Amino acid sequence: MSSSTYVQLVDLAKYFGKVRALDGLSLDIAQGELVALLGPSGCGKTTALRALAGLQELDRGQLIVDGKDVTFQSANKRGMGMVFQAYSLFPHMTARENVEYGLKLKEHKTAGDKRKARSAELLDLVGLSTHANHFPHQLSGGQQQRVALARALAISPKVLLLDEPLSALDAKVRTQLREEIRRIQMELGTTTLFVTHDQEEALSIADRVGVMRNGQLEQIAAPSELYDRPKTSFVAEFVGLTNPISGKVSGGSIEILGSVVKTLPGSVTSGTGIALVRPESIDVVASKSGNAKVAAASFLGASCRLNITMNDGAKVTAQLPSSDAAGIGAGATVSVSLLDMPVFVKAAG
Amino acid sequence: MKKSWGVRIWRWSIITVVGAYLLVPLYAMFDFSTKPFGFQDKGRTFRAWQIIPSQPDLMISIARSLITAGIVMSLILFLIVPTAIWVHLKLPLLRRPFELLCLLPLAIPAIVIVVGIAPLYRWISINLTESPITLSAVYSMLILPYTYRSLSAALDAVDIHTLAEAARTLGANSSRVIFGIIMPTIKTGIVNGSFIAIALVMGEFTISNILNYKTFQVVVAQIGRTNGNVAVAVSLASILFVLVLLLAIPTKKRRGAVLDVDLV
Repeated sequence: MSSSTYVQLVDLAKYFGKVRALDGLSLDIAQGELVALLGPSGCGKTTALRALAGLQELDRGQLIVDGKDVTFQSANKRGMGMVFQAYSLFPHMTARENVEYGLKLKEHKTAGDKRKARSAELLDLVGLSTHANHFPHQLSGGQQQRVALARALAISPKVLLLDEPLSALDAKVRTQLREEIRRIQMELGTTTLFVTHDQEEALSIADRVGVMRNGQLEQIAAPSELYDRPKTSFVAEFVGLTNPISGKVSGGSIEILGSVVKTLPGSVTSGTGIALVRPESIDVVASKSGNAKVAAASFLGASCRLNITMNDGAKVTAQLPSSDAAGIGAGATVSVSLLDMPVFVKAAG
Repeated sequence: MKKSWGVRIWRWSIITVVGAYLLVPLYAMFDFSTKPFGFQDKGRTFRAWQIIPSQPDLMISIARSLITAGIVMSLILFLIVPTAIWVHLKLPLLRRPFELLCLLPLAIPAIVIVVGIAPLYRWISINLTESPITLSAVYSMLILPYTYRSLSAALDAVDIHTLAEAARTLGANSSRVIFGIIMPTIKTGIVNGSFIAIALVMGEFTISNILNYKTFQVVVAQIGRTNGNVAVAVSLASILFVLVLLLAIPTKKRRGAVLDVDLV
């Protein structure tokens, strides 16, 4: 345990019949850190979050928050602020009453004046001070989740737990709100655990991202490291897009697309392997004597995605800045090579 | 967009037929209750209405029935509602059996229920009290099908699990979750269920008559045997009373925080 570790999940296990929702999950979170848990549905990420909130009993394991064992403490005594995926505002209370609710209860009892000041301050923080007297049904989805965030923060939670709070919102509001969540979290320095199945969301706002699979943590690292240096093929394939390209592995390198590139630790070390190549690691240049043909090109704004058929029949997807892709359209003959970036190589077959 | 004439005529004819079906009997009752029933009466008279208060047992029976309705309502509020919430929240497996159990009073004829509970009430009236208020126990069973349906529909309409969990993480204990969060959320369902229950209690005759308790309807029937005009006047008054109650059921989803339960 490092000195700054604030939350510890130790060897958590939870079985629902034969389904292993959590199967020996361990995770440390530092004070003030935002950790995102990412994974496909059913990987146990929400179970882990609910266990920390006290809403899910565990079959095994230990939860330590701020040096105290809270494993058997009931949810209403843990002091965790939680924002749910579903809209969870109390429908018979106004936005302000919702935010003040926790402060009226015994656990976080706050005197009237202070309570009012606190709710005003928080509604201001989430940009809804003009909506304080609105009822939930008078607020949009994004506004409701902002109030829910203010309500969770009102009790000055030990840990802020976010259970896919943005997944019910439309794309634009989602991007806006996730940046706001990050800003508020940094401003208040609240230790935060964020669960999502949206990798862009996780990569863009978290200090560290943990990828979960079958109730276990596959890899936890800073977003860029997770993306550039995946430790397993699952992480490489789950986070971002990859092109599976087979080639010969020897001496820590693999030969693919006519280039030799280094392999990442954890890769296959000899024989034939399948390299998982990022679309942006593939360089494409228009060339009459090229080794491939563009099957389709899609313009994505800042970048351009090309579906390419190699002369040997293999298909790869490349992504390059739109400025570099100018003049390369469907049917163009191109020459394809690899940028010098280490790749993860999984076993063939 | 304007509706075509055909649709309009069709609508109005339906409204007229249904309205007549409901209102003609009420008018007939009013007509009958204002007919002369003594030698001294000439033409229309409101004497039947005027002598309602002086009928023996009537006023006290109204009071008894209202008290019974009040007790039934508090049983709904503090027993049935929390139980329904608890079953929905914590015991989802029991939902079906519980629903079936609540529907039973509909399937069993009142007369069969009376035969079943008569010995119990005989014992109660000999050893405890003869007050008709004890009927609130059997009434709160009779109203279950209606109250539970309306509660269950209200509970299904909102995500009470998430609301309960949100309240718990904020520091609320179980009773606070039920009384402070979920009950205000489903208050329309509770109010609907309670009003239907009051209407049923005020109108129940079979059980109280056979068990020999002088409730409102039993007394009305007795008056009917001696003076038809007064009995009809009382019946009409009671129908109007229940009608007013039912009309008071809020049909709009919400008009603001009317029933905020703040236990702090």
